[in-house]
Amino acid sequence: MEVLLAIVIGLLYAAGVYLLLRRSIVKLILGIMFFSHATNLLIFVAGGLHKGQPQFASDGLTAVSANPTDPLPQALILTAIVIGFGITAFFLALMYRFYQATGTEDLDELKEGENK
Amino acid sequence: MSGLLIYLVILLITAFLAPMLISRAGKAAPWLLGMVSASGFAYLLGFAGFISKGNTLNYTIEWLPELYLNFSLYLDGLSLFFALMVTGMGALVLVFSGNYMKPYAMKHRFFFLILLFEFAMLALVLSGNLITLFIFWELTSVSSFLLVGFYHEKPEARNAALQALLITVAGGLAMMAGFIMLGQIAGTLEINQLLKSGDLIRNHPHYLPVLLLILAGAFTKSAQFPFHFWLPGAMQAPSPVSAYLHSATMVKAGIYLLMRLSPVMGGTPEWKYILTITGAVTMILGGYFAYSQTDFKKVLAYTTISALGTLVLMLGIDTDISIKAAIIFLLVHALYKGALFMIAGLIDKSAGTRDLRKIGGLGKVMPTASLAAIISLLSMAGLPPMIGFIGKELIYEAKFALPDIGNLLLVAGVLTNVIMVAISLALIFNLFLGPLKYPGEKPKRPAFALRIGPTLLAGISLIFGLFPARVADLLLSPAIKSIRPTIDSLKLSLWHGFNEVLLVSFITVAAGITLFLLYRRVNPVLTKFNNEVITFRFADAFNKGLDMFLHLTKKKTSFIQSGYQRFYLMAIFIMTSLLAWYQLIYTWPDIENISFSKPGIYEILILILIVSSTLIAVSVKSRLAAILSLGGVGYGIGLLFVIYGAIDVAITLMLAETLVLVLFMVVVYHLPKFTNFSSNASRLRDAAIALLVGGFMTGLVLKAGQLNLNPKISDFYVENAIPLAHGSNIVNVILVDFRALDTLGEITVLVIAAIGVVALLKLKTKKGSAT
Repeated sequence: MEVLLAIVIGLLYAAGVYLLLRRSIVKLILGIMFFSHATNLLIFVAGGLHKGQPQFASDGLTAVSANPTDPLPQALILTAIVIGFGITAFFLALMYRFYQATGTEDLDELKEGENK
Repeated sequence: MSGLLIYLVILLITAFLAPMLISRAGKAAPWLLGMVSASGFAYLLGFAGFISKGNTLNYTIEWLPELYLNFSLYLDGLSLFFALMVTGMGALVLVFSGNYMKPYAMKHRFFFLILLFEFAMLALVLSGNLITLFIFWELTSVSSFLLVGFYHEKPEARNAALQALLITVAGGLAMMAGFIMLGQIAGTLEINQLLKSGDLIRNHPHYLPVLLLILAGAFTKSAQFPFHFWLPGAMQAPSPVSAYLHSATMVKAGIYLLMRLSPVMGGTPEWKYILTITGAVTMILGGYFAYSQTDFKKVLAYTTISALGTLVLMLGIDTDISIKAAIIFLLVHALYKGALFMIAGLIDKSAGTRDLRKIGGLGKVMPTASLAAIISLLSMAGLPPMIGFIGKELIYEAKFALPDIGNLLLVAGVLTNVIMVAISLALIFNLFLGPLKYPGEKPKRPAFALRIGPTLLAGISLIFGLFPARVADLLLSPAIKSIRPTIDSLKLSLWHGFNEVLLVSFITVAAGITLFLLYRRVNPVLTKFNNEVITFRFADAFNKGLDMFLHLTKKKTSFIQSGYQRFYLMAIFIMTSLLAWYQLIYTWPDIENISFSKPGIYEILILILIVSSTLIAVSVKSRLAAILSLGGVGYGIGLLFVIYGAIDVAITLMLAETLVLVLFMVVVYHLPKFTNFSSNASRLRDAAIALLVGGFMTGLVLKAGQLNLNPKISDFYVENAIPLAHGSNIVNVILVDFRALDTLGEITVLVIAAIGVVALLKLKTKKGSAT
């Protein structure tokens, strides 16, 4: 499973890179979203894969080590998802303004407009 | 000892106060500034008796001793000799400038710069550590750059200044590299300790590179061939600066360095050959070009080059007598060249030109100055009874004493001196004696402040020539002894008796007179020859090279800085992943060692969902489909989280994903359809880059699975969740309790993003005027 996930993560990153290299600004944002998905998954896999129970502390302070799931990466990813959401929302608004202001979604035209 | 340091600080403060003083004290200000410099001269002269007994002074402030870096001052015969020249000449130049610079609006700046220049040069010769020396060395380059380009409204001045700066600073950098290597070899950069480790350095395998690097610094600074061309250009500077730069500072810094390091690095065949050949070539070239100029300052500039060549040659010959000759000639040259440049400025000022063809007979309007000039010129020609004669005799003697190539050098030396005699006589008879000739208005008698400097210097040339013994004991012998302690004391006198040297001197003078008589006929021919046949100009070649370099960098910059965001990303991706691949291939993870869990049917299905959604999102033409399949990827990952026990994460992800989808839908409604911008070739290229990056990320994940370096930090959270935070959902407890401050930061980010979104959407821009 780890190998399969590693390949999937690689694929997600590849998709992100490919989209980032497009000229359309919409695809740029899609690329960034792929990156954030891939990174979340990367951190998750790096923390170790353990099927089943979520990590809950039992009342009696004991038997915690019976559940090997690591809660720390989960907390990290949770934060990352929220921040990623904030960034995506901001990007979308920015893209909207960008299109309104420039009338294009082609990033290359920014440079060419400069030379005119 | 720290008196030296105090004087240096006073000089530096004076430099900064000078502009204020000039505007407040008016006429008296240059005299006051000159007094500051002269008091330094007097103070240093007080050391002469102490130093001439063979004592030295050393004063060190530790700075970074591990790197041999200290601020130290070192005073021995040699540095005292130079320091006296710097301060003494400085005083005269300052007084001279007071009158000379009067009409210029920028004179405040001028006095600041020239004092800074004096400070840098004085600190350079007093430095007891090579790095300290280097710092002041560069400071002389910078301040002379500003002085040469002082008339910055003239393009030639700016160009000359830039050339001088680039050449001397480039040499300075090479020299610094040499110093650092020297420090590594000797384990110290203190001059007084380096002087003792000469043998260690000379026998080191890195001796030659160190020597070449340091010589690069000395030769560029002292205008040796082929770096000589910046010096004639530097005459764009105001005349007092030229007087100072040519006589006691800047170009003498290179000579000082050679003399300083002669006991440390000198005496080897490499040293002898490089210095002798460079010096001889520079000497002859300088002489030739000096003879064929028509601008008084240019003549003087080329004779300086010739003199510098002679000095380097003397140091290269490296015998007792040649070192004596070098020190005396240094003094001789400083005295006459300082005086002559001041007179050149004075003539320029009162007659309005320096063109030798247009002026003449100035002795009638400026008798004192002309007398000073004639004395100085006689010293330059090496005629008795000036000190220049003694200098020249010693130089001949040094060349006579040489075994094999000595004769060749003697011929070269005689040739150069013949030219010097001819130039001196030509200047004396055409410029100062003979019928009065001038363009425009009749030249005025120059002011006292302008006359005092040259007169004093010429007087010293004469007095030292007549009574050389005293100055030899007090100043010259100690300077010579700090270059070579074993040398016997210097005995100077005008009259040596009849010997071969005197005979050669006679021949020189006779030939010089002949050449002088031919001057009027030969000079125009030579000028024509120089202008038409020798079309190669070092200065032009340098400018061309500089232009080519700038062109190249421009091309390089526009290649790297394409301005297209994709290409920057591409560069980052390719470089990063290639480096990472390199590392991965060398430490390829042992897949056998990873404990794999067997994938179940649900996981397989979810992975298929993610992969297919990804492929659709990347390739599909419809925006809506792309966004929805991105959602598919997100939900798929959320499901994976559920399976692997990360419930909270899964919930958050699903919520965020849903919100993003909704937002995207809203925005996309206002956006145009996807258009195909890229060609198939660039798609293929991007896909290859993408796979490169993706592949290394895969490798990274596998590698990460193999490493488990530190004990789990999480154990702390798991154990303390209930006792400290009173909650059992550990992920939640971490977020809202243990790392609550981080979560606060996260919320802040969200709030800022929300404000940003609102601001962007509400912002109204007029269509067409949008930026």
